[in-house]
Amino acid sequence: MVETILPVELQNAIVRKGTKDIIGPLNLTFGGKGCSIVIGPNGAGKTTLLRLLHGLERTTSGTVRWAARKGDTYSRQSFVFQAPVVLRRSGIENIAYPLYVRGVVKKAARAEAEKWIGDIGLRDVGNNDASVLSGGEKQKLAMARALITKPEVLFLDEPTANLDGAATLEIEGLIRAAVEAGTRVIMATHDFGQARRLATEILFMYHGKVHERATADTFFDDPQSEEARKFLRGDLLV
Amino acid sequence: MNDLLAGLQSAFGLIIHLDHDLVEISLRSLQVTLSAVFISAAIGLPFGAWLSVTRFRYRRFAIALLNALMGLPPVVVGLFVYILLSRSGPFGVLDLLFTPTAMIIAQVIIVTPIIASIAHQSMRELWFLYHDLLISIKTTKWQRMQALLWDGRRSLLTATLTGFGRGIGEIGAIMIVGGNIDHLTRVLTTAIALEVGKGDFPLALGLGIILISIAILINLSIHVLSRTEREGTW
Repeated sequence: MVETILPVELQNAIVRKGTKDIIGPLNLTFGGKGCSIVIGPNGAGKTTLLRLLHGLERTTSGTVRWAARKGDTYSRQSFVFQAPVVLRRSGIENIAYPLYVRGVVKKAARAEAEKWIGDIGLRDVGNNDASVLSGGEKQKLAMARALITKPEVLFLDEPTANLDGAATLEIEGLIRAAVEAGTRVIMATHDFGQARRLATEILFMYHGKVHERATADTFFDDPQSEEARKFLRGDLLV
Repeated sequence: MNDLLAGLQSAFGLIIHLDHDLVEISLRSLQVTLSAVFISAAIGLPFGAWLSVTRFRYRRFAIALLNALMGLPPVVVGLFVYILLSRSGPFGVLDLLFTPTAMIIAQVIIVTPIIASIAHQSMRELWFLYHDLLISIKTTKWQRMQALLWDGRRSLLTATLTGFGRGIGEIGAIMIVGGNIDHLTRVLTTAIALEVGKGDFPLALGLGIILISIAILINLSIHVLSRTEREGTW
């Protein structure tokens, strides 16, 4: 068994754009198993936190430290974006792409992708251009592409924000299966219902800071911070 | 109007009789421009991709310069290549002046910036779309370029055909470095200029019509072969 890349630790991490602190200072550690859900209003810094952890953003000051050597850290993570990015090729080629990048031979990569495209129920359209798929199908494709590398950590940035109930259900099924398989999931959402359904723990973010971190039950039944109470009541936080 | 009709007539006449000189001139036109476009694409497409995925200090300046080079005056390029290849020039020993090779060199200089610039424009947009994903997947720079070149192949085809259009109709440079020598460096454009100079308008027009037909034919056949506008949207 290879050495794990977790835990990841943020120390006084600040991301600044212009003169505005987007997030921070944050002191957080993610380790172990389960599904952490980052919740909070728009502009709270959820996306930036996820991107920072995944190395798509840099800290202005402070550090992000993964337990493993830097070289393989990011290749053992996957990221699913809010608006699914599909490559201009077929569905199967989309799913197989991360394996090609990792040097898996074409035949094996395609075989693995065929398996995944069946699992997400898109076998019939797998050889068609991915750009003509519906929003929900594109996001399922993005999930399969993220999971095919068997990542240790999976980042999900509001993966169901633009999807209807049925598509959301399917995506959540994939997330749940990943968590059960031992993938560490860190996900941003502002859908309370979804947070309740999936979370092992909740991080409530507001104005770039984590105001509360608790298990899902504790957070929803008895929030400690005033902001979280307001947010849960449905008051508008500005 | 009479000149136009006579031009059409002479064009038909030349084609029907498969005039030996005409075939030779047309083939040389194709040989020079297709070789130049092939070399230019081999340089320009990867360069455009590289420029899309690389950030360096003078990038904006490099892109502006590349765009400016699209408008390079062929006559000046011809003069430049002429000086380089002439007997007293640095590459004079190669004895390339007034050969098809010299014409290809000149056209490569003219066509490469066009292909690179148009390719860069389209791949920059694609890169904007792919950026986060490809970084997230930990692709190397070469893999990013490959993805852009492959997924953007339709617009790269357009870039290449634009380069071909520019090359096949170009006269300023190849006239200077080729010299319009009969049976050696005469191509369609230089032959047209010559016939106009001699006052043989019907023949010039006939050659012109053939030139345009070749350009259209090449474009169409490449579109048919690559099945643009059929599969998918790109």
